[in-house]
Formats: sequence, C-alpha cells, structure tokens
Amino acid sequence: MTLFSVSRFVAVLMKEFIQMRRDRVTFAMMIGVPLMQLVLFGYAINTDPRHMPTLLEMADDGPVARAVVASMKTSDYFDFIGTVTSRAEGDRALRDGTASFVLVIPPNFHHDVVRGLRPSLLISADASDPAAAGAAVAALSGIVQTAIDQTLDGPLNFTAGAPPPFSVTVHRKFNPEGETAIYVVPGLLGIILSMTMIMITAVAIVRENERGTMEALIATPARPLEVMLGKILPYVMVAYVQTLIFLVAAGLLFSIPFVGSAWAFFAAFNLFVLLNLALGFLVSTLVRSQMQAMQISFFLILPSVLLSGFMFPFAGMPGWAQVLGNAIPATHFLRITRKIMLKGAGLADIRGDIGALMIIMAVVVLVALRRYRQTLD
Amino acid sequence: MIDKPAISVRGLTKIFDGRKVVDNFDMDVAPGTIHGFLGPNGSGKTTTIRMMCGLLTPDAGQGQCLGHDIRRDSQKIKQNVGYMTQRFSLYEDLTVRENLDFIARMFGMPDRRTVVAQALAHPGLGERADQLAGTLSGGWKQRLALAACTIHRPRLLLLDEPTAGVDPKARRDFWDEIRQLAARGVTALVSTHYMDEAVQCDMIAYIAFGRKLISGRAQDIPAQLGLYSWRVDGTGIDALESKLRQDERLAQVVRFGDVLHVSGTDENALDAVAEQNRKSGPQRWRRQAPTLEDAFIFLMERSSDHSAPHSESSR
Ligand SMILES: Nc1ncnc2c1ncn2[C@@H]1O[C@H](COP(=O)(O)OP(=O)(O)OP(=O)(O)O)[C@@H](O)[C@H]1O
Ligand SMILES: [Mg+2]
Repeated sequence: MTLFSVSRFVAVLMKEFIQMRRDRVTFAMMIGVPLMQLVLFGYAINTDPRHMPTLLEMADDGPVARAVVASMKTSDYFDFIGTVTSRAEGDRALRDGTASFVLVIPPNFHHDVVRGLRPSLLISADASDPAAAGAAVAALSGIVQTAIDQTLDGPLNFTAGAPPPFSVTVHRKFNPEGETAIYVVPGLLGIILSMTMIMITAVAIVRENERGTMEALIATPARPLEVMLGKILPYVMVAYVQTLIFLVAAGLLFSIPFVGSAWAFFAAFNLFVLLNLALGFLVSTLVRSQMQAMQISFFLILPSVLLSGFMFPFAGMPGWAQVLGNAIPATHFLRITRKIMLKGAGLADIRGDIGALMIIMAVVVLVALRRYRQTLD
Repeated sequence: MIDKPAISVRGLTKIFDGRKVVDNFDMDVAPGTIHGFLGPNGSGKTTTIRMMCGLLTPDAGQGQCLGHDIRRDSQKIKQNVGYMTQRFSLYEDLTVRENLDFIARMFGMPDRRTVVAQALAHPGLGERADQLAGTLSGGWKQRLALAACTIHRPRLLLLDEPTAGVDPKARRDFWDEIRQLAARGVTALVSTHYMDEAVQCDMIAYIAFGRKLISGRAQDIPAQLGLYSWRVDGTGIDALESKLRQDERLAQVVRFGDVLHVSGTDENALDAVAEQNRKSGPQRWRRQAPTLEDAFIFLMERSSDHSAPHSESSR
C-alpha cells in the first residue's frame, strides 16, 4: 500500500479543474472580477475630491469679492452652481445635499476692505463627510492669498505686508469636530443591510432549486408572488432587528446623533430593505447553486462599499463613476441616513433619493418577475 | 368507457438543447384506471409527466388533464393532481409532520389538521412524525412522498418511479395503496422499471427515445408485436446462449437467471431452431407466451436500430 499515490492525486486535481471550468459563474468571478474591479475602483476612487458644488450668497460684488470667487473657480476645488439670496436657502441646499459649500460675501465687503476694517468672508461647509470637505477647506487659505495678491497690488497695495485685509471664517456644519465615526457609522447601516439581505434571500431561494424542493413547491397551486413574498417577509423581520440593534449600538457606543425625522427614516428604510430583497430574488434567478449566489452577492457588495460614497467621497469620483454609483441602492440610502441622522433632514429633503430608489426598485422587480419561472423550463 | 379521459394528450413534444427528448407523444388515460409508464433510462418519462402537470411547457402539442388544458389551466390541474417526483423533493430540514402540514397548507386544505392526522395514521409514518425528513431511510422518504402527494385528495396521481429503492414488502404495500385509491375512482399514471408492477396496471405505455412505441393491456402487448417465444433451461446453458446468439433466424436471446427466453417474429423459423437444438442438447425447451420484458427488450432493440444516434448495442 502506498502512502501517496501520484495518479490518485492527479485524478483529484483533474476532477477539480473540470468542475471549475464547468462552473461558468465561478470561473468568470475568478478571472474577470479582479481585472474589472481593479480598473473600476482604481480609476474611480479619489480621496482628494475636486469640483465640489458651491453656492454663492453675494451681498457685495466689488472687485475683491469677484477676485475671491474667480480664484476659487480656478482652483478646481469649487464649482459654482448658482446663487442664493438668504441664509435659509443656503442651509437648505446643504441639508439636502445640493451643495457642499455656501460662500457668503457680506454687504459692503469691498468698502470695508478698503477702509481697513478687516471684514470676514463666511464659508459654510457640509462637513458630514470630513474627507470631502477637508481638502477644499485646506486649500482655501492659498486661494484667498492669490486673490489678495492679484487685486490689492497697485493702488490698494498699502496693505501689503500688513496682516491680511480680510479674514475667512469656515463654518463646519453637521460634524464640526470632523469625527470619522459620525460620518462612517450611519453609512454602514446601508452596507450591512445590502450585504445580508441580498445574500440571505438569494441563497434561500436557490437552495430550493439545488435540493429539488422547487419541483414539489411549483407542483402545488402556489403563485409566484405568494412564494416571493412568503420567502422575503421573514427577512424583512431580520432587517428590522438588525437595524434596531444597529441604531441603539451606534448611539451608545459612538454617540451618533439622530436629529432628523424618524418617519422619513422609517419610510426610506422599508423601501431600501424591499429593494435589496428584490435584488436577492433577482440574483437567485441568475444562478444555479448556493455557492454562485454567495459569489454574486459578494460581487454586488463591493461597489456598494467603494462607489456609494461610503468609503471615499462621492464628489471625488469621475463622472462615469458617479453615474454607476447612482445606480447603486446603497448610494441613495447612505445619503438618506446621513441627511436624516446628522443633518436633521425630513421627508422633503430626501425626495430625490427616494425617487431614485423607486426607479431602481421598479427596474429590479420588473427584471426579476420576467426571469422568475413558474415552470422548470 | 364513455367517461371523459383523465389524461388526453396529443403530439406532446419537448426539445432540450436541440434534442427532441419527447417526440409527438399521444396518450389517453381512462378515469379510475392505473396506467403504467415504462421505458429505458432517459427515454422521457419524467419530462412527459412534468408537461402533463404544467411544470414544463411543451414545445408542441396539446392536451388536457382532468378536463383542463395543460397549457393554460395548469393552476386548476395542480389543485387536483398529486405529483410524486422521482427525486425526493420535500424539505429535509423539516420533520415528517411539518412537511405534511406545509403541503396541506399549500393546497389550502380546509380540514388541515384532520388530513395530516390521517396521513400520520399510516403505521410507519406516525412513529416517525417528529423525525427530520432528511434523516429518514430511502424507502421511508418514498412513503412520506406518497403520503404528501395524496394529502389533498387528488383525483389524478402522477407517480414518477414511486417504488425506486423500496424493499419488496413495502413495494407490495405501495401497490395495495395505489389499487385502493384506484378503487375509489382515483386515476394513476405510474412510471416504473419493474415488470411485476407493470403487469398489475390496467394499461401500459412504453416509451423509448422520446417516442411512444406501444400501448395496451399488459397481456396483449407481446401479441401486438407478433413475437413468439421458447423457454429454455438445463445444463450447458452458457454455451447454448452464445451459440443461439449467432443464429440469424432469431430476434433475440435473453437470459433470466439460469433460464433463456428465445424469441422470434417468424413462428416457423423459430420452431425449426427449437427443434434442431432440442435434439442436439441436454436442455429442456418449452413453448410459452413472450413475457412483457421480452417484448420491451425487443422493442428497445428495434427502435434503437434506426433512430437513436447514441444507443449502446447490448444483449
Ligand atoms: N432540464 C433538462 N435540460 C436538458 N436535458 C434534459 C433536462 N431534463 C431532462 N433532460 C434530458 O431529457 C431526456 C429524458 O429525461 P427524463 O428525465 O424525462 O427521462 P426518464 O425517462 O424519466 O429517465 P429515468 O428512467 O432515468 O428517470 C434525458 O436524455 C435527459 O438528459
Ligand atoms: Mg425519470
């Protein structure tokens, strides 16, 4: 009796290779996914975001103010997307995420500069994402200096050498201390829910195919919707429990505030959970084994982590990556949780995100029901 | 019988990957009868049964089950049909009782508790009511499956090899049960590989390579084929067998244990062979009607000759 038979070892080896090749999904995952994700995420992720949407509240349009605005524009960090006329209007834009910065130029700014009164420019920043706001804020002092150099030489350069003729006050809203936990934790909820919900439903349904129990199930008069809902609903309960534990722990361990509307959160949460379950259902119609279901679910989780603005600032991604990111449910739910928990948003502020979730939901359900077969064909 | 047939299908065809797995299949099953469905492995029995109860959509053909169209009314068919799958398809991680209860609910049984209790009144099943189905032995899984597919009192049973892997005693019990159901007016279509089960059926259909080759009453089938047989036993049967296999005048020589069945379609030629060999050898020759198995082997050989691209020629 030999202790190790090479031919038996080779036999097992060959068998594994053959099985690997037959399992198309797994094979594609092994070869295609690393390459695809390298390209996708390598180009998409940028921790030094530029082109942050900025609003302008301009109560004075003298040359100094215009120079500051021009200098901010050329810096690439700030994209001026419009003007507002009141503080309230600017705050609303920050809360619903339309703008990341509001630059306020106070009345008589130019006049005060010339008279040496050292007035103050106000920049309100949405600091709920410290990384996104940080780089732009850090660049501000250089930008302002450039503006000063350009406008205040010649007739006005009597101030040269003296302390700067005006100051910049940065008002960091929503997360003044710039704490990472406050930013990351609310986003984490979306990631956890996506991960568990998609995987659990997909596996639960595929298991029926794999074990042959689907044949007995569809031999009964059961309708697809009954089966779909019956299988999905228990996991909605799981999601409720997960979320409750999560919120309590977030409050106790990280002192994450919850300042917004609980009703708005509840509505968005339910929509998001259903969407993920529908996605899991869709995945189950695409795969043959529980193993493949796990792989596809995992494959779907990565973009949710990397392209949703969870890990890296959304504003920093190139345009095509933002389009991709917007197709991911977690992106919108992440914005919703941050807006509600940190910025005190209500239903009105998250309308856009809810709309986006609904569109994705409609597409997913449509495709899933088309792919679901009531027969074994 | 004037009654409307329980199953009536015409021209059923199913194509998998460009291959006709079921080809132009016709069948009529009279209500209250037991219909045997025979054929070699891969001949299309399971596929045909699945089309009849709406689990597969036929690529061609039509038909009705219990008066409902198999394409459009699969919902109504399912409510009145008990389908026992070839592969065990109940939940291995539920107990016997939980499985029965689940199926009863899926069929919307109003008196669920009673029907489950009745199913569990079956001696062996009741004892195992709280055992996980996955831990049952193969034969007990089959009996649970039969109990599950009859729990909603179906009028038609489609049983796909219900007795595969079941011991001889239990096989008899199975058939007793099927006959009792038939006596109460339930129709049964039963696929099987056992000849002793086939002969108990009121009617038999034989399918090979997706095509129905013959159907009729068990005792009539050999005659339909025009087949004649001799039974041979005695010493030196091995040598005789190889010798007879060379004989062009015979259709087939089939061995059953230590007995040979020698068959042919030309009665005179066959008798001549028998006469010749009876004189030259020590074996006993006796004229007998061909058995069902002789008939089916004959059918299979003949059909594989000119149809199947992938037939193995044995025997
Ligand atoms: N889903 C499928 N996809 C492709 N081919 C299939 C599929 N299901 C069955 N077949 C093929 O159809 C043919 C008939 O299969 P079927 O299961 O109906 O045979 P059967 O008569 O029930 O055989 P057995 O006696 O072994 O149970 C086989 O060749 C099988 O490989
Ligand atoms: Mg079969």
